[in-house]
Amino acid sequence: MSEVIAKDTTRRALGVAVTVAFVCALLVSAVAVGLRPLQKANVEAERIAQLELVLEALSGIGRTLSIEGLDARIVELGSGKYDHSIEVSTFDAQSAAGKPATSTAIPADLDFAGIKRRARHARVYLVRDTDERIELIILPVYGRGYQSTLRAWLVLDGDTRTVRALKFYQHGETPGVGARIEEPAWEAQWRELPAYDDEGVLRIGVRLHAGAGDYSEFKVDGISGATRTTQGVDGMMRFWLDEFGFAPYLQRIREEQADAG
Amino acid sequence: MNALFELLLRSVFLDNLALSFFLGMCTFLAVSKRVGTAFGVGLAMLVVQTVTIPLNNLIFTWLLAPGALAWAGLGEVDLSFLRLIAFIGVIAAMVQVLEMTLEYHVPKLHRAMGIFLPLITVNCAILGGSLFMVERSYSFTESVVYGFGSGLGWALAIVIFAAIRERLKYADIPDGLQGLGINFIIAGIMSLGFMAFAGMG
Amino acid sequence: MRDSNWRILTRPLIDDNPLTLQILGICSALAVTTSLDTALLMSLVVVCVLALGSGSISLMRSYIPHSVRIIVQITIIATLVIVVDQVLQAYAFELSKRLSVFVGLIITNCIVLGRAEGYAMHNGVVASTLDGIGNGLGYSLILVIVGALREFFGKGSLLNVQILTPTSQGGSFEPLQLMLLPPSAFFIIGGIIWYIRSKRPQQVEEPEFTLRRQQPESK
Repeated sequence: MSEVIAKDTTRRALGVAVTVAFVCALLVSAVAVGLRPLQKANVEAERIAQLELVLEALSGIGRTLSIEGLDARIVELGSGKYDHSIEVSTFDAQSAAGKPATSTAIPADLDFAGIKRRARHARVYLVRDTDERIELIILPVYGRGYQSTLRAWLVLDGDTRTVRALKFYQHGETPGVGARIEEPAWEAQWRELPAYDDEGVLRIGVRLHAGAGDYSEFKVDGISGATRTTQGVDGMMRFWLDEFGFAPYLQRIREEQADAG
Repeated sequence: MNALFELLLRSVFLDNLALSFFLGMCTFLAVSKRVGTAFGVGLAMLVVQTVTIPLNNLIFTWLLAPGALAWAGLGEVDLSFLRLIAFIGVIAAMVQVLEMTLEYHVPKLHRAMGIFLPLITVNCAILGGSLFMVERSYSFTESVVYGFGSGLGWALAIVIFAAIRERLKYADIPDGLQGLGINFIIAGIMSLGFMAFAGMG
Repeated sequence: MRDSNWRILTRPLIDDNPLTLQILGICSALAVTTSLDTALLMSLVVVCVLALGSGSISLMRSYIPHSVRIIVQITIIATLVIVVDQVLQAYAFELSKRLSVFVGLIITNCIVLGRAEGYAMHNGVVASTLDGIGNGLGYSLILVIVGALREFFGKGSLLNVQILTPTSQGGSFEPLQLMLLPPSAFFIIGGIIWYIRSKRPQQVEEPEFTLRRQQPESK
């Protein structure tokens, strides 16, 4: 067993450390840069696959569509208006939420979803019927779960008040417990659920405590053992359907529909 | 103040790195024969965790996060992909310092810990703690509390585990399960027990 | 006495298994074994990193000063893991997303640093590489067994092919929910250890305290 012990001087140590660091950095950068095109293609393919998940959610409520049948738009969340200056197909909400320039901080008392910041814009999909009227609105929503970020498609009816589907496409919750939010049986509870009461106040959520409680016709059952996850779902819904989420946008759609007569 | 105390409690019990997230298991199972050694390891982990998480928080906030380098006029740069290697660098340096200190001042503990002292560097609990800190966007104060709390929780878990092992010393365990086998089973039961904390609001 | 190369490769499979004897690499074994495909991919990645890592560290061992050895070892291992992660993202995107954090956590996988510090720093390149592969294979063996058991009893499927139909889909199989939770991995590995040590009594640990039979009182 040959064992040549390297001379342990400060200069030597520094020299070795710096050389190793330099070579490794070079290697990592070369690989990262070289493989980037392939990775980008994969991300794009995944975006298409996620869209198809939306369509699957739609087919679950009896509407079959292709991706071309979806009208994709970029919405500026604060005003609720469409923003035509942003390229629809390349917009990445997740990375926008991370940059200070393209995102807004959420006041702590309004941050029901626990996400601290959200992007200024969002990409929504509209399904229109043969008369070009909005039949379905597909909104991307996300929030803090128990141990991961929950991401879902929220499908609203064209009346902007009723939920047609809530399909989770990404989460890292505990299998068998929190992960049950993606089970068809639980998901079906969201179908045809009204989000607002007659005065227009947001009531939708998850029934977190035993007993009927208020407004239980606007709530779905929790999942036993998955308290924190369902709390996350509840917070997520309350955030995105409220003033800091899509409420301004939904309000504009209602105004548009009223104008159209 | 209230929120910080809640964070402390949560990181010790609910989000216990060893028993809820199963981080740092190798050291956990290997160095828990005696309560004394376990206490020493737990203390070492606590020290490393309390120092590295706030330090990594500073590095991330002021150097690596998207837009972090605005103070140097480089607001467009996003170096967050370097966080893994930066955090590990900090942790490795900290552990090396700790190793030299222990070797000089407490040689008995240093010998008892053996290879598992340098292995604190790659203890997933330490790195995991820093990664959680980034994921949950803790402020500096919260990082200090979280570093202390998560280290304390891990130390608590290993000391309890060692205590159970010391009691089980006197039990008639089947040959094949003696030692590591029964430890796995104890750890499994302990983690089932700690999952009970998950229901707390 | 030097082990033959074949022995270096096969010893870590059962006789010196990193998970069941050396107590290394536990964390990831608990997390990625909820299904067999993630267990397999993780195993493949770990074997690669172990082989390349141990090999390259052994190559440089006479140049690394003692005071910075841990940092240098980790830098090399981290570089390898990041490179492998990038390759996975390019060529096996779907699966890499399932593994997500855990590929990064290979950097902290105790087996890799444990073998680097414990073997590669003191042995030749060929021996170290073989040792890395051997330990990787030993790790994979346990992972595959645990992954298969957990997926089969927890979901009724293997490699995502449904074998037993669960009741939620109209069948008669009631999945064991416990299998999807981490404590089940603890219990399964405990059981595997029990089995191995029944076959290999030399691995049985000495109890710290031996119970002695009481002599019956003679009348």
